[in-house]
Amino acid sequence: MSAMITAEWCPVGKDNFYRKFDIYQMNWDLKFDNVCVVAAQYGGPVAVIEDRKKHNAAQGLSKPTIFIYSASGQIISTILWNSGSIIELGWSSTEELLCVQSDGIVLSYDLFGNYKHSFSMGDEAKERKVIDAKFFNSFKGTGVVVLTSSFHFYLVNNVLEPKLRRITDMISTKEPPSSWCVLSDERKSRILVAQGKSLMLLEEMSTSAQPICADINSTHTEITGIVSSHDNQCVALFTDTGKVWLGSADLRVKYCEVDTRWRSKPDDFVWCGSEAVLVLWNGCSLMLVAKNEEHTTFAINEGMSLCQEMDGVRLLSRYKHEMLQKVPTVTQEVFRINSTEPGSFLLEASRQFQKGSHRSDEYLRLVKDKLKTAVQQCNEAAGYEFSHETQKLLLKAAQFGKSFIESSTENDKFVQMCRTLRVLNAIRDYKVGLPLTLIQFRHLRTGVFLDRLVLRKQYYLAIKIAKFLLIPEEQGESRILALWACNKVGQTHLQDDVVAREIADKLGQAPGISYTEIANKAIDANRSQLALKLMDFEPCAKRQVHLLLRLNEGKAALVKAIDSGNTDLVHIVIQHLKVHMSLSDFLYYIREFPMAQALHLKYCREHNKETWKSIYEQEDDFNSLGACSIREAYEPKNSSTMEMILNSAAEYYKKGKNENYQSLCEEHARLLRQQRAMQEKLNTSNFVGLSVNGTLKKLLLMKEQKLADKLRQEYKIPDRRYYWVKIATLGEQEDWTELERFSKAKKSPIGYEPFVDICLAHGNKKGAELYVSRVCDDMKVRYYVKLNLFAEAAKVAFEQRNSQALSYVQSKCYETHPDISDKIANMTHKLIRSSTQWVFALKEHKRHKMNNV
Amino acid sequence: MSSHLSGGRLNVAALHDYARKELIDMFDGGAKTIVWDEGLIGPVSLIAPYNLLKEHEVNQMFSLSEGSISSAASRKIIFLTRALPKMMDSIAEHVHSEEQKNHRREYQIIFVPRKTTLCETRLKNRGVYGNVKGAIHEWACDFFPLENDVISMEQPLAFKELLIDEDPTCIYSAAQGLSTLQDVFGPIGKVSCQGKAAKHVFDLLKRIKLEKGAPEKMTGIDHLVILDRSIDLLSPVATQLTYEGLIDELIGINHTKITLPSEKFNNGEDPGKKTIILNSSEDLFSDIRDKNFSAVGDALRKRAKTIAAEYEARHGQTMQQMRQFVARLPQMNLIKQSLAVHTTIAEMIKEITDSFPFMDSLLVEQEFMNGIDTDKIHPFIEDQIGQQVDIIKVLRLICIQSITNSGLKQKVLDYYKKEIIHVYGFEHILSLTHLEKAGLIRVQQSARPFTVLRKTLRLVVQDGSESNPTDMSYVHSVYAPLTTRLVQHLIYKPGGWRAIQDVLNSLPGPTVMEEPFCDIQTLDSSKVVVVFFVGGCTMAEISALRFLVQQEEAPVELVVATTAIINGNNFTRNLMEVLNQK
Repeated sequence: MSAMITAEWCPVGKDNFYRKFDIYQMNWDLKFDNVCVVAAQYGGPVAVIEDRKKHNAAQGLSKPTIFIYSASGQIISTILWNSGSIIELGWSSTEELLCVQSDGIVLSYDLFGNYKHSFSMGDEAKERKVIDAKFFNSFKGTGVVVLTSSFHFYLVNNVLEPKLRRITDMISTKEPPSSWCVLSDERKSRILVAQGKSLMLLEEMSTSAQPICADINSTHTEITGIVSSHDNQCVALFTDTGKVWLGSADLRVKYCEVDTRWRSKPDDFVWCGSEAVLVLWNGCSLMLVAKNEEHTTFAINEGMSLCQEMDGVRLLSRYKHEMLQKVPTVTQEVFRINSTEPGSFLLEASRQFQKGSHRSDEYLRLVKDKLKTAVQQCNEAAGYEFSHETQKLLLKAAQFGKSFIESSTENDKFVQMCRTLRVLNAIRDYKVGLPLTLIQFRHLRTGVFLDRLVLRKQYYLAIKIAKFLLIPEEQGESRILALWACNKVGQTHLQDDVVAREIADKLGQAPGISYTEIANKAIDANRSQLALKLMDFEPCAKRQVHLLLRLNEGKAALVKAIDSGNTDLVHIVIQHLKVHMSLSDFLYYIREFPMAQALHLKYCREHNKETWKSIYEQEDDFNSLGACSIREAYEPKNSSTMEMILNSAAEYYKKGKNENYQSLCEEHARLLRQQRAMQEKLNTSNFVGLSVNGTLKKLLLMKEQKLADKLRQEYKIPDRRYYWVKIATLGEQEDWTELERFSKAKKSPIGYEPFVDICLAHGNKKGAELYVSRVCDDMKVRYYVKLNLFAEAAKVAFEQRNSQALSYVQSKCYETHPDISDKIANMTHKLIRSSTQWVFALKEHKRHKMNNV
Repeated sequence: MSSHLSGGRLNVAALHDYARKELIDMFDGGAKTIVWDEGLIGPVSLIAPYNLLKEHEVNQMFSLSEGSISSAASRKIIFLTRALPKMMDSIAEHVHSEEQKNHRREYQIIFVPRKTTLCETRLKNRGVYGNVKGAIHEWACDFFPLENDVISMEQPLAFKELLIDEDPTCIYSAAQGLSTLQDVFGPIGKVSCQGKAAKHVFDLLKRIKLEKGAPEKMTGIDHLVILDRSIDLLSPVATQLTYEGLIDELIGINHTKITLPSEKFNNGEDPGKKTIILNSSEDLFSDIRDKNFSAVGDALRKRAKTIAAEYEARHGQTMQQMRQFVARLPQMNLIKQSLAVHTTIAEMIKEITDSFPFMDSLLVEQEFMNGIDTDKIHPFIEDQIGQQVDIIKVLRLICIQSITNSGLKQKVLDYYKKEIIHVYGFEHILSLTHLEKAGLIRVQQSARPFTVLRKTLRLVVQDGSESNPTDMSYVHSVYAPLTTRLVQHLIYKPGGWRAIQDVLNSLPGPTVMEEPFCDIQTLDSSKVVVVFFVGGCTMAEISALRFLVQQEEAPVELVVATTAIINGNNFTRNLMEVLNQK
């Protein structure tokens, strides 16, 4: 078996093998001599077009057709070309077919031949025509470079976000380049150009052409081929003398130079991995030149096309799809004849074990110490195989070896490899046609790889694989379902209802599903009704609202925004509606939504007072209008018209049947008027703005008793309040005689406590004593204490038979008047004996009142 | 409470650390200057105090309203702001003036808790959006931890915005904040709500769950109770009589800090302000904060005695005992210090609470609660107006009368209004409108729900002991807050809210009764309950809830969440709109 496997290996120098093996048997009906075949990297699809270079004039007139096949040769779609003439075809890293036209337009199509988008390579390309173009992998995605008939290069680093860059001119712009390629590193893209035998590096316009030399030992006059390796680290040149030169990308290091003995320009010239190049002269020879100067030729007898991959080259021909790659080191270690690597022995041990032979043990003994390495080798080698038989062989060996060691990491790796292989085998199936190698699979990352399945509409398989690989739902199943839904909404022949329901049924409320994305696709497909239906399923209010606004469904958006409770969203919708509706319609509309209206009112209050009022007017909200007017009246600019505005406020309150406020406003307007009059009359300036009480007090202070009485009458100032004001003013003026007279004029409605208090407040203790006897009984003790008349206080308390009051007095005079304190102690004693308790304190008093109720 | 709960199943510190990390992660390396929206300085300091910011190379701080930031040494300027249009204007001014001075700056704006399109548009219109584009971040910190059982959104204006402006932005923030709580602490098992705003928060919470999915944890918050402030307007205006409540009412607590004139602590400090942090890290404070003030004196005395006894113990001891004594010295000194501080504070408060104006007013308040003289013009209120005492005091009394009377007669209400306008001036007219709109004062309707509520919920308890309480009514001496009574019924009474369905029906807004929300495993041993007040709660309410869980047998761990800590003064003041011609 090993022998059979190694039989396919082709030695290139010592310890260096390349192998060529079949991936698919192809069923396509293609004649390779007159077609141009372009395959996408990573086992991607294949585009085929009749080769214009090989066409004769008569045929060239008809419009060409582009066929798109899967890597396994299944036809996917056809594009009937009826646009400009095609200069170059290529595939983007997202598997879109890119076509460069001679007028510099780059068009892209999906796998199914649907037009996606296009961009132009600039005016010069349009006017002077493009004569050559190349696609390349840039640091940003897929790039494209065109060469115009005036020998200028234009470059775009990412076809998805085309930003056109003019490349600096070649040293001579008179003659065309004999060959060129793009070198792209992590930051920039440069072009390596050969003009005749001279080489130069071109960058963006800012720098001039930079001539460089390659150390070529030949008498060539022209370099007819340049190609860079997949990783952009190496470059290969082909000269018109038939020499192949391999070196580093900066041409400083030369790896080797090999004479191919073919002088004609090769039909295809690509790197195979990063250690060898393949040179193809169609139908004649396929030569492999390795860095170590070794080379070998494969016999071919039919036309073929090459596709450079990161770890090899795929060869497409009439009946076969093959892979040519350097035999991976681990595979060599395991399978190489006479290999002494542990993996090799383990494989043999496993084989013998299956035969039931005791020799198994012998082999196993040989690797006893290195069993772990052996298992690793077999396990890893299995990954590099396309043949199921070989995979099984190696996995069995790994499993066999693994059972003699205890290592959970080996177990995990083994399980991981089984899973990976299961996935790889599933997608390599010709129905799917995605022949990825292990290295490519690992390089792509699972997300991208699932996207590729989705692009091929292999939704079911993608979900199965996502689940199988235990990818989190959001990145796996949910995302794939969402993409499925996006595709579904593009199927315009289905009815909106049906599509919406189908999508909702499948997707439900799976975590991470964005119905917005799907709805956006629906809008793109001109199905706004469907989009609306889908948006009902979107749980994220923000997305919902923004999309509805995009559809100009402001009203629906308002409902959703309000439901979300997010006031900011409501504001966004309000602003949108205001722009898209007439003001009156808008105001009429939002009245159905109290929350929106309230927010709008708040906004208007700060930004647009006029609208603010007009909303209240529309609503007949007279109370609010009144309030607006009052605020307006207080604005500094309106100080002279305040009365008028207050009257209009009163008018509003009248309409709103709020008589109290109406009269308050009118009253204040009247007060203002009167205050002005007083100011004039009394020749002072401080009346305006005072309250009724303030005015009254001021008049009393100015001894304008008559005016004060008039005011008192007009504003129906109650007696109680009048007394408070009067007492306060007299106190302030320290007019104690007048106060006394006032106290005697008639019985005070607020009692005589305020008289005592005002005297005390102005330090007139003597005056205070005048009134204390007239203080009501409840308060007497308290007021005697206030005046420090403790003996009297005690006397009253005793008369009232109130022991608590007594102890209160005692607590106040305990330190200052020990004699009185002693007396009080005596009284308390007497009281307790008589045992009739009266009430005084807070709680007792309260209960007393309660009993009265 | 059982021992494992005292460690805290709901570890508020986790929320704190989470928010802190989120903030610090937004900072890049290098020296930077923070320019503050002043309204954020207090709340943010709860999570990121200055020394932490300093560690992350915040070298200078300015406030947005300050004149110029050009003295900032660092190139990087961070604006930390709420999403308010006027703040955007200030930011724009700063950026423009820096540009005029040719200072090369790198700007970053951090919105707390989230940015709005309105603000972004504002920045665009002001022509500075380009300067900050790409450096606009959101610090989604909705809840600030105040205490190991209290978290607050520190939005004192929430109630006003909700009821006066009808702007439900705080509802959205609240729902987002609760959703963050779930992320940190695990999903919410079931939800009960009372009131319109409470239901609204819950509805949004359900929506967010649909959008984000529930966090995958087995345990979390067993029961979330959302209460709309509007269902109980009496508690915020009633005078709080717990120690912490009184400190808040009389001195004012801002983000757990109070500021006092330092001469009160005659320990040779410079004259000026002394800032004291009030939280449970101080053993003594956590012991007395929830007590009725009349019991605080005794508690302080008792502590003083023990500490004095401990000091005494230093005489005549063996060497070993001496060593133990010395080891305890630092701790004893701490207790001594804290005793001194609280004795001072308590004296300051006692001076006020012993005064006749305070006692008389309290007496009237308690009469109202008992239903005495609530239906007519009250002479005490009249006299207060006549004496032109602080308008807030007057308004609070009128509100209490209106609420306890289930609304005032039109005549009475109009009379009060007129009196206030006449005495305090016409500029207060809109304040009255707002109080009316918020339901704090209103015209009597035919039904008198408060009388029924008082009876069925036992809102007024006579002769409850203040020093050794058996009922939560001790927090207002006679009145038990309605909100906390509802929580008591929900958690501890048989039948829960179902048993008091009629009561709930008479409260404003819809009711949600223990609706299952997420699947969680409930531990038999304990329950985690979060009570969220939409519109703010008072210290007294928090004390009442703490009292409740300590009192009852069943082990419950309770965390209070609120839009802000409120008291009668700031609650009333925030609803006022005093017009000003200047």
